[in-house]
Amino acid sequence: MAYIIEMLDIVKDFPGIRANDNVTLQVEQGSIHALLGENGAGKSTLMSILFGLYTPDSGSIRIRGEDVRIADPNVANELGIGMVHQHFKLVHNFTVTENIILGLEPHKGLVLDIRHAAAKVAELSKLYGLDVDPYAKIEDISVGMQQRVEILKMLYRDAEMLIFDEPTAVLTPQEIHELMGIMRRLVEEGKTIILITHKLKEIKEVADTCTVLRRGKLIGTVPVAGTSEARMAEMMVGREVSFTVDKGPYSPGDVVLEIKDLCVRNNKNLMAVKSLDLQIRRGEILGLCGIDGNGQTEFIQALTGLAKIESGSVIINGHDITHLPVRQRLDRGLGHIPEDRQRFGLILDFKLDENLVIHSYGQPPYSHYGVLDFSAIRKNADRLIKEFDVRAGRGPATFARSMSGGNQQKAILAREIDRSPEAFIIAQPTRGLDVGAIEYIHKRIVAERDKGKAILLISLELDEILDVSDRIAVIYGGEIVGVVDADKTDENELGLMMSGSIRKAV
Amino acid sequence: MASTIDKVARRRKVLVPFVAVALGFILGSIVVLLTGKNPLLMFNAIIRGLTGIDIARGGFNPRHIGELVIQAMPIILTGLSVGFAFRTGLFNIGAEGQLMLGSLAATAVALTVKAPAFIHIPLIMVAGMGAGAAWGAIPGFLKARFNVHEVVVTIMLNYTALHINNWAILNVFKSVDRVKTAEFPASALLKDQWLADLTNGSRLNWGFIPVILAVIAFWFILEKTTFGFSLRAVGFNKDGAKYAGMKVNRNIVMSMVIAGAFAGLAGAIITTGTFSFGRTLSAAEGYGFDGIAVALVGMTQAPGILLAGLLFGVLKSAGPLMQSAGIPREIGGIIQASIVMFVAMKLGIERILDFAKGKLARKTAETTMDDTEEARV
Amino acid sequence: MSISLILEMFPIALMFAAPLVIAALGGLFSERSGIVNIALEGIMMVGAFAGASVTVVLEPLTPLAPWLGLLAGISAGMLFSLLHAFASINLKADQVISGTALNILAGGMTVYLCQILFNQQRTRAFSSGLRKITVPLLEKIPIIGRILFREIYPTFYVAMALVVLTWFVVFKTPFGLRLRSCGEHPQAAASMGINVYAIRYAGVIISGALAGLAGATMVLTQDIQYTVSSVHGAGFIALASLVFGKWNPWGVLGAGLFFGFAQILSYYAKDIKFLASLPQEVFYMLPYVLTIVALVVFAGKSVGPKAAGEIYDQGKR
Repeated sequence: MAYIIEMLDIVKDFPGIRANDNVTLQVEQGSIHALLGENGAGKSTLMSILFGLYTPDSGSIRIRGEDVRIADPNVANELGIGMVHQHFKLVHNFTVTENIILGLEPHKGLVLDIRHAAAKVAELSKLYGLDVDPYAKIEDISVGMQQRVEILKMLYRDAEMLIFDEPTAVLTPQEIHELMGIMRRLVEEGKTIILITHKLKEIKEVADTCTVLRRGKLIGTVPVAGTSEARMAEMMVGREVSFTVDKGPYSPGDVVLEIKDLCVRNNKNLMAVKSLDLQIRRGEILGLCGIDGNGQTEFIQALTGLAKIESGSVIINGHDITHLPVRQRLDRGLGHIPEDRQRFGLILDFKLDENLVIHSYGQPPYSHYGVLDFSAIRKNADRLIKEFDVRAGRGPATFARSMSGGNQQKAILAREIDRSPEAFIIAQPTRGLDVGAIEYIHKRIVAERDKGKAILLISLELDEILDVSDRIAVIYGGEIVGVVDADKTDENELGLMMSGSIRKAV
Repeated sequence: MASTIDKVARRRKVLVPFVAVALGFILGSIVVLLTGKNPLLMFNAIIRGLTGIDIARGGFNPRHIGELVIQAMPIILTGLSVGFAFRTGLFNIGAEGQLMLGSLAATAVALTVKAPAFIHIPLIMVAGMGAGAAWGAIPGFLKARFNVHEVVVTIMLNYTALHINNWAILNVFKSVDRVKTAEFPASALLKDQWLADLTNGSRLNWGFIPVILAVIAFWFILEKTTFGFSLRAVGFNKDGAKYAGMKVNRNIVMSMVIAGAFAGLAGAIITTGTFSFGRTLSAAEGYGFDGIAVALVGMTQAPGILLAGLLFGVLKSAGPLMQSAGIPREIGGIIQASIVMFVAMKLGIERILDFAKGKLARKTAETTMDDTEEARV
Repeated sequence: MSISLILEMFPIALMFAAPLVIAALGGLFSERSGIVNIALEGIMMVGAFAGASVTVVLEPLTPLAPWLGLLAGISAGMLFSLLHAFASINLKADQVISGTALNILAGGMTVYLCQILFNQQRTRAFSSGLRKITVPLLEKIPIIGRILFREIYPTFYVAMALVVLTWFVVFKTPFGLRLRSCGEHPQAAASMGINVYAIRYAGVIISGALAGLAGATMVLTQDIQYTVSSVHGAGFIALASLVFGKWNPWGVLGAGLFFGFAQILSYYAKDIKFLASLPQEVFYMLPYVLTIVALVVFAGKSVGPKAAGEIYDQGKR
């Protein structure tokens, strides 16, 4: 067993929390080793230690059998460790080459030697089958190519060990497949790969070994071939996980939210939503899936009133809200759970009770003639906290900033559901939340459906869409390219629609 | 556990300006020492300025208290101006210009309108606020509509207002000696001989009443009204406020308008209280920048601004007292600027600590939804 | 508006423009590294004070006094800017607040030192600041020779040289690439092993040196002594030049020249028919109003460094 990387009994504390609790990780040379765990399990912390972004409080690291201290990314680079980040760290207006050479620039005297650099980039690109254009600007290239630039950054520095941090979040199923191929090719060329992920399918497809972390502790290391997805999931979460949502039968009513021929421009003044048609009925959950960047964001903004609608119309319960400002749309029965809850859903520096009246503070009983009634606001918060089980350290007086992600989302849900809107637009509701939180949110969404609401669920997680939706619409290039029943489709079909390869009758 | 930590943190935030003030005075004392003078004389002068009591030589002179109020009034108002805008997330560096135009408007109404005092004076105050409000609306509008950063715009408008003021004083109000206009009629003045006599000949005038009303208005608008609620929301999180349906652009403009009104009021009070005529100005007199200092040190809260205004007011009013003890009066300015720097740095330190707490909160958050107080640090 | 008038105006416009360009280049280095530097005004004041003081003190001793004054301006500017660097980078203070505080401090500090050194609220007047020069061969070039090489303050040539140097350093050297990466995406730079703090310190200190030089230049070419209104907003006009010039050295040069011309319009208004009837104050206001207009026109197409003004924390991922 030639372990190229050994992290032994690593302990890392942050104020009030032990992120890594005596974790041991041993990676064989030339293998693809998966690091599995939920958000907050400690896998990112562990890898940040390996990459030199943090130092461990205790424990040791051995590379190729020798004890090392990795004080910063430069040291990690010298040891041959490279990291391909989840959120790309690319300078948007630099070229591919400039991004790759940053920090290790070839130069003739005082001047940058770009030609030499581009030549080396082209060489590496060919060797590993990573197709890039050395002179293209990052802001102009596709997400897939950007990821390849990230990989090349590491190969340019002769990285032998590559850490991939959740690499598939922004890729289509087909691009994911390509990436798996690239990883195998890298291993063939002698590299070692650590794959951080919470996606069991991918582990099954490409990894040799899997180490599971939960709440900072090491749960176990298993060979992938002999371990089922169910078993890995159980290790990750600590209990048996049901992969499907408990849903009652679905009996849709009449159309509540109708979107006709919608056209919306994005902030680069290009048409991001092109003649989009969609109907959502009472008592149904319509899931909208698509790769990030195909118009979902602009679509949601147009529906909720934050972006101008170029042409087309949005009608809710017969009322045309196309040109109404946000407040009036909310009054006409629109409810909205935004995708970035901390930026759009809450005022973090306001207290919980203030956040819960963020739509209604201007009316009685929360204010009279422009003056706020704080006891009414407080009472409302007490009621919602109880009903929705929102946990906050100081109750209604807690600042939203100190609440956990899950409870912040519960608070937003509580507020929106309490307003009893006819049509609910729910975007990325479970991003960054753990399985327990996800279960609760999904249950709540289904409950609203059963009350007869029309729900538009937008998510980048195909599993969530498949589990929760009754019908599924796919958006590609700003258009709806297919609407199918959830139980009559699968990931592959959706993947093909999401990448524009097939269209289904709408 | 979490609640105690929260409580300590909250108390610490209030401590910041006090610590900064202490550090500023320490620094000032060091500077005084380094230039060969005795810092105790400086402190004596300050105490005299604050209370009228001369510790070194004994005796009490209420004139100093009157002069303190004179110096504090305008900067409390410009402090309210800067502070109000700041709560909405805007940097109003233009209080100076808004004040100048408020002065000009007050001069105009004082010289051209004939009315008994109980009408004339409120009219002058309103004119001052209106002019300041209008001048504040410009950067507000530019920010809301074109997203132009208000810092440079407001500074440019300060210089512009200066020249507008001078042109008007010279050409419209026909300044006789190129420095001031004709004297205002008595009905326009906030001055009162009774107050002057009460304070042994100081320039104390009735201006302090509008100032106190302004402080109360500041507090009431921001903390108790729905309008203030939306202003604070916009100041904390523009995007979140927008999503909630608040009219962000309108709020930005209204906030600058109100901020301008506070500063304009200051101009009116100076012109009809401290002086009794309109003046040309060779340069900005610094009320605007003082207002920034006051707002920062007062942590943009009404009581804080009041106290900070008095503090910086005494640093000014004690200037002549320091000068006569051989200490250059500019030490007051240095102390003031140091206090501001320390507050700015402290805010930075607070931010680091908050950030660490917040990051921590997020980490534990993502671990579990079953949060007990222990995990929620 | 005759040709001879324009030719007459040019050298004076260049005199006004030089400090604006130099200070704006300073702002460029700072903002390109990610730190917004509102304190250019304050640093210019400090540089002007240092320049004037050193010149007046050394005058009787050496004819090189003004040049030593310029050096003093550079050093003073660098020292003063350290405060901004420390507050913004290490303590993560809001950069606009820190900059504003420094502006206030500069005012108080310089006048206080004047009181200590010269017993008045201004420096003593020096008998001659920098002297204009005429470049021997180049002045013979028709037209261009007259406007660019005859009786021009040497600081204009310094400004030109700095423009070229800035362009070279920022866009052609590894340091420049790293500088720009810190201003666009400091997390990316850090992940490549670049010390973001060090680069930003360099950016701010360079801006301090240049703004200090600009201040000294201003007082030594346009005035006879330093007073608290010597700089009167030039630091902010320099900031506007930076925006106007799209954070690019050549753009900054153009913007600086533009504002330089705007400033002298007030002197020459009486010689230009349709401007002669406007009151003086209009011309005093002109540079400031034009700055606002420039900002409005160019605000939408804001192409400044993406991460400028944002607080960078190593812990963030």
